[in-house]
Order: sequence, then C-alpha cells, then structure tokens
Amino acid sequence: MDEGTHKSVATTTAMDVPLQIAIPVSKILPWAIFGTLLVTLAFYFVGAEQGATSIISGMGVHEWVHDARHLLGFPCH
Amino acid sequence: MVGNLLLRGFIVGIVAGLLAFAWARFFAEPAVGQAISFESAQDEAKEAAAKAAGKEPEPEAPEIFSRAVQSGVGLLTGLVVIGAGIGCLFAIMFAFAGGRLGDLGPGPSSAVLAFLAFMTVYVIPALKYPANPPSVGQPDTIKYRTGLYFLMMAISIASTIGAWLLRRRLMPKFGSWNGSLMAFGAYLIVIAFFFIVLPGINEVPAAFPAVTLYNFRLASLSIQIILWGSVGVMFGYAGAAALANKDRS
Ligand SMILES: [Zn+2]
Repeated sequence: MDEGTHKSVATTTAMDVPLQIAIPVSKILPWAIFGTLLVTLAFYFVGAEQGATSIISGMGVHEWVHDARHLLGFPCH
Repeated sequence: MVGNLLLRGFIVGIVAGLLAFAWARFFAEPAVGQAISFESAQDEAKEAAAKAAGKEPEPEAPEIFSRAVQSGVGLLTGLVVIGAGIGCLFAIMFAFAGGRLGDLGPGPSSAVLAFLAFMTVYVIPALKYPANPPSVGQPDTIKYRTGLYFLMMAISIASTIGAWLLRRRLMPKFGSWNGSLMAFGAYLIVIAFFFIVLPGINEVPAAFPAVTLYNFRLASLSIQIILWGSVGVMFGYAGAAALANKDRS
C-alpha cells in the first residue's frame, strides 16, 4: 500500500456518462421546425403582441402579460 | 425520440416558469411597483399643470386589468409561456448536442447548453438594450425599440451558431483550445461591431430614480437566471431519462 497518496475517486452516475449516440440530424429536423415555431409563438405573444405589432385587436393580451414583458427584458412602455 | 425530448422540455420549462414566478413575486414586483408610482406621480403632475393652464386634461387610458391581476395571474401566464418556449428550444438544442459535445455526460452537457443559451438569448441583447421598467420608454417608439431588440437577439443567435460551426472547422487544424479561442475571438469582434453600429436607445426620464432602475434590471437578470438555470439543471435529468428509455426499448 502506498501511504503517501490519498486519491479521492468521485462516484460516477448516469449524469456523468458521456452521451454516446448522436441523434441523426434528419430525425431532429422536423421536430426542430415544430419546436422553433412554438418558441417563436411564445416570444411573440409575451414579447411583442399588441405592442409593436398586433394580430388580435385590443390591448387585452398586452395588459395581461404586461409585467412579464417588462421583467423579461422586452421593450414596452 | 426527439418528440419525447420536446415534451420533456415543455414540461421542464413550465416548472421553470413557476419557479421564476415565485421568485419574481417578492423580488421583482417591488421594483415594478416603484416604477408605476413614479409614473402615476408624473401623470398627476402633468394633469395639474394642464388644469392650471386652463386646458382640458388628457383622458386617461381605461384600465383593463387591475395591478393585482397584472402582477399575479398575468405575470404567471407570461413567465410560464416563456418558460415552456425556452424548454422546447432547449430540448432541440439538447437533441443536436447529444453525442456531439465530447466527453460530457447529460448533466454537464445540459448545464453548458443552458449557459450558452442564456448568454445568447438574454445577456447579449440585454447588454445592448437593457430591460426597462414601466414609464421608461416613449409609446411612439415601441415599434422601433422592439424591432431593434429582436434584431439584436437574432444577431446574437446567429453569431453563437456561427462561432460554434467555425470552432468545429478550426479545431482539426489548430487543436481544440486554439481553435476554440480563435472562434471566440471572431465572435467577440462580430458582437462588438453590432454593439457599435446599431443605434442606442436612452429614454429614461431624467427624474427617474436610479436605484429603482438598477433594482429592476437586477430583477430582470435574476428571473432569466432562474428560468435558464432551472431548465438546464432539470433537463439534464429529464433528457438522460429519455435517452435511457430509448436504450432499453
Ligand atoms: Zn409596459
């Protein structure tokens, strides 16, 4: 036994095991388009609707998400 | 497979939105309240001045929702919707990055991705166009300001993706660290260029309290840290579980 070394070995969990399989880009792409659409909608309605542009008439959406719009950093009033 | 990741991202994002709301309720809303008090005081002063000059005061815009609704369910809706959007975006990034990030496991991969996305989608655009509380900003420039903000966000996203691709091309020739530094240098030059070229916006009223402005911007930053941070940590576990299920089937 080598008394001079104190090696601490970290426990390896599933969170540390390198991801081996790369999902093929062709399989990701359709979902990527769908996901990007969802993100864009979320950012649009919280960040810009009834401010810079307007799809729905009135100020209901703007007023409803008003505090989130300001606090998330989107331009408002 | 990817659909399953997307669904997990969506759920994780909603939870992140709820966490951000809990934090925003007691840390961010006081700053919003102070800004609105400032606004009301300004409006009253204007009205009094108009009356003194013998003019009809401008009619006030009707209040659609009370402040309690806006700072409650309204804020909750906005944060959860953005959280869900961020979660979906994140699931796609994770799907692309899986097996392409070297030796990193799902936990650290997810955390690294969250950090990069947080810097790209929020920090860089906000450094050029910082978050503003109510009553800062003129209503007639809203189109201009929103356009510039989203433009800066698009430039930031394109620059990060570009730097990533450039790094992959440089690494075989110059080595992993040198290639990364060169790509990062190119990225900084591009961002600095747009920071200089794009017009600045400063509509903060001279009398607006500096402390309130600081507190508001700090609150904005902290909310974004909670959103991206909790998505990054939670998705490590959710994504790893999705990939493990795939191995078994
Ligand atoms: Zn506003």
